[in-house]
Amino acid sequence: MTEITVSAERLSHWFGQGETRKQALFDVSLALPRGSFTVLMGPSGSGKTTVLTLLGCLRAVQAGSVRLLGHELHGAPEPHLVALRRRLGFIFQMHNLHESLTAAQNVIMGLQVHPGVPDATARAAAAQVLGLVGLSDRIDYLPANLSGGQKQRVAVARALVGNPALVLADEPTAALDKDTAAGVVDLLKRMGAARGTTTLLVTHDNRILDRADRILTLEDGRIVKVEDRA
Amino acid sequence: MSRLLQRLFGRLPVGWLQLTHNRTRFFAALAGVAFANVLVFVQLGIMNSMSSAAVRPYAFFSADIMISAHDANTLSDGANVARQWLYQALADPEVAEGMGLYVTNVPWDRGMTDISLTTFGVDPFQPQFLTGTLGPDAGFLQLRDAALLDRLARGFNRADAAGISPATPLSFETERRTLTAWTTFAGGGGFGSDGYMFVSDQTFLRLFPARRAAAPDHILLRVTPGADVAAVVTRLKATLSDPGLRIRSFADAKAEDLRYQQTRRPTGVVFGFGVLIGVLVGLVIVYQVLSSDVADHLREYATFKAMGYRPSFFLGVVFEEALVLGVLGFIPGMIFGGGILTLMGKVTTLPLRMTPDMALSVFLGTVLFSALSGAIATRRLAAADPADLF
Repeated sequence: MTEITVSAERLSHWFGQGETRKQALFDVSLALPRGSFTVLMGPSGSGKTTVLTLLGCLRAVQAGSVRLLGHELHGAPEPHLVALRRRLGFIFQMHNLHESLTAAQNVIMGLQVHPGVPDATARAAAAQVLGLVGLSDRIDYLPANLSGGQKQRVAVARALVGNPALVLADEPTAALDKDTAAGVVDLLKRMGAARGTTTLLVTHDNRILDRADRILTLEDGRIVKVEDRA
Repeated sequence: MSRLLQRLFGRLPVGWLQLTHNRTRFFAALAGVAFANVLVFVQLGIMNSMSSAAVRPYAFFSADIMISAHDANTLSDGANVARQWLYQALADPEVAEGMGLYVTNVPWDRGMTDISLTTFGVDPFQPQFLTGTLGPDAGFLQLRDAALLDRLARGFNRADAAGISPATPLSFETERRTLTAWTTFAGGGGFGSDGYMFVSDQTFLRLFPARRAAAPDHILLRVTPGADVAAVVTRLKATLSDPGLRIRSFADAKAEDLRYQQTRRPTGVVFGFGVLIGVLVGLVIVYQVLSSDVADHLREYATFKAMGYRPSFFLGVVFEEALVLGVLGFIPGMIFGGGILTLMGKVTTLPLRMTPDMALSVFLGTVLFSALSGAIATRRLAAADPADLF
C-alpha cells in the first residue's frame, strides 16, 4: 500500500467575514504519496497558494480534513501545527534568506529549529547540503554577494537540510532564468527522490511540467484536472 | 563575540549578527544608548552630590538630638528656637549637655568674586560637639573675631588656604568686621553656599547684631553614655510641649534633611526628573532601534515562523539585541559619564563622582530598560504572518 504523506478531503476555505466573505476552495481532495513530485497549476486566484498554506499548517483548516504525516490538522492546536511545520520544508518565490547570515548560517537555521542538534553537526550538515546544491565555495558568502540563482539554491538547501517529509514550494523558479530554473527543479527532484521527500510545487512555469510525476490543475478553487505522468 | 554569544544562547546569535550587519546603524544605536547613559550618570551624579552636600555639615557635629523650629527642614532654614528649651532639656536626667547652634550664610569678597560661606556659630568651650580637627581647633574660636575656614570652599584659592596656620593667620573682612582665620578644615562647596566657616557664638552675634543670644537656630544635645536616644526624644517631646518645636534625633534630622532636599526642593525634583528623562530617552532609543529592526526583518521572521520556530525564539532574538545594545552602550556611557562628573566635580568642588553603586545600578537599569524596550518591540512580531509569504 502506498504511503501517503499528506491528503486533503473535501477541503473548503473562506476569506473575509460577513458580506465580504468569499469562498476560495470548494471541496478539494488530493493525496500525495511519499517521494512523489507533484506540480500544482492554475491561473492566478485559483486557490493554489491557499492549498499550499493549508497543507503546510500555516492556516487553520476551516472545513474538510487535512491529514499530514498521520495527523489531522482540522482543529489542531497552534503548538501542534508549529511542531508539524518543523517536519516540512518551505521554498518561497522570493528566497527569503536572512541578509545578515551567511549561506551556511541560513542553512543552519533550517536545522537549528530541531532542538539538540550540536553546532558541529549543524555546520557539517549545512556544508554538505550546500555542496549538493553546488555552493561549496560560497558557504561563507552573505546573500548580498550571491546571484539570484545561488540564493534560491541556498533556500533549497535550507528547506532540505532537516530531511523534511514534505517540501512545499511556491513558484521557486519565478525569478530565475530558464537554465537556473531547470537546475533548481532538477535539484529539488533529485534530492527529494534520494531522500524520499514528497514535493508539492506551485508554478505557472510550463518549462518544468515535464519533470512532474503528477500535475494537478486548480481553477476557481476546484481541482479540474489530474494528470499522472509517473 | 559571535562565538561567545553562540555558546551563551546555544544557537546562532541571530540578534548580534542582525545588529552588526549594518555597522553604521549599530554604532549609531550604541551612541544613542551611551548618550542616554551619560544623561542618567550626570543627573544621578548631581543628585547624589546634592545629597552628599546636604548631609555634609551634619558630619561636622557630634550630637544625639537636635531641637529646631517646626519649619526648619535643613540646618540653614527655619525660624529660631528659644534658648529656654535648652535649659529645660538639660533638666532631663539623661541629657548630658547642650549647645545652641547659630547658622547663616556670610558673603566673602574674594576680589574677582563674592563667595558665600555657611557660617556656624558654636560655643568654643564645648568642643565635644565638633568632630575631626574642628574639636581640637575650637580653642582658636575663643579668640575675639576668630574663624576656622573651609579650605575646600569654592572660589577659595588652594594655595591661599594652605598658607593659613596659627603662625600665619589670614585676616579678612566680612559684614564690616575683620575676622581672622587661624586654621582650616575640609568641607567643600554645596548647593546652598560655596563652603563653610566656624566662628564662636559671640563672634557670630557681633557679626549679626540683629541676632540674639537667646534665639539660636538649633539646639544640639548629647545624652549620657548608654542612654536610649529615642526614649529621650520621646520624653523631651512630652516635656517641651511647644508645638512649634521639632525634636528629633540628630540622625533623623539628617535623614529628613536629605529626604527634603531630594523630594521637596526644586533642585532635587529637577534632577530626579532629569534621571527619569535619561531613562526615557534610553528606552525610546532602544525601542526605536529594536522596533525598526523587527520591522525591517519581518519577512525573515515570518520565514522562521513558517519553519517552526516558536515565539520564544523571536523573543530571545529581540532580547539578545536589547542585551547587546544595553551592555555595549553602557561601557562608553560609563566612561564619558564618569569623565564628565570628574570634570564637573573639579570645577564646582561638589562631591561629584561615579561610585560603584551608581555604575552598578545604572548598568542594571540599562539592561532592564533595554529588555523592556525589547519586550515592547516584540509586539510588532505579531505582524509577521508566515501565510503572507506565499
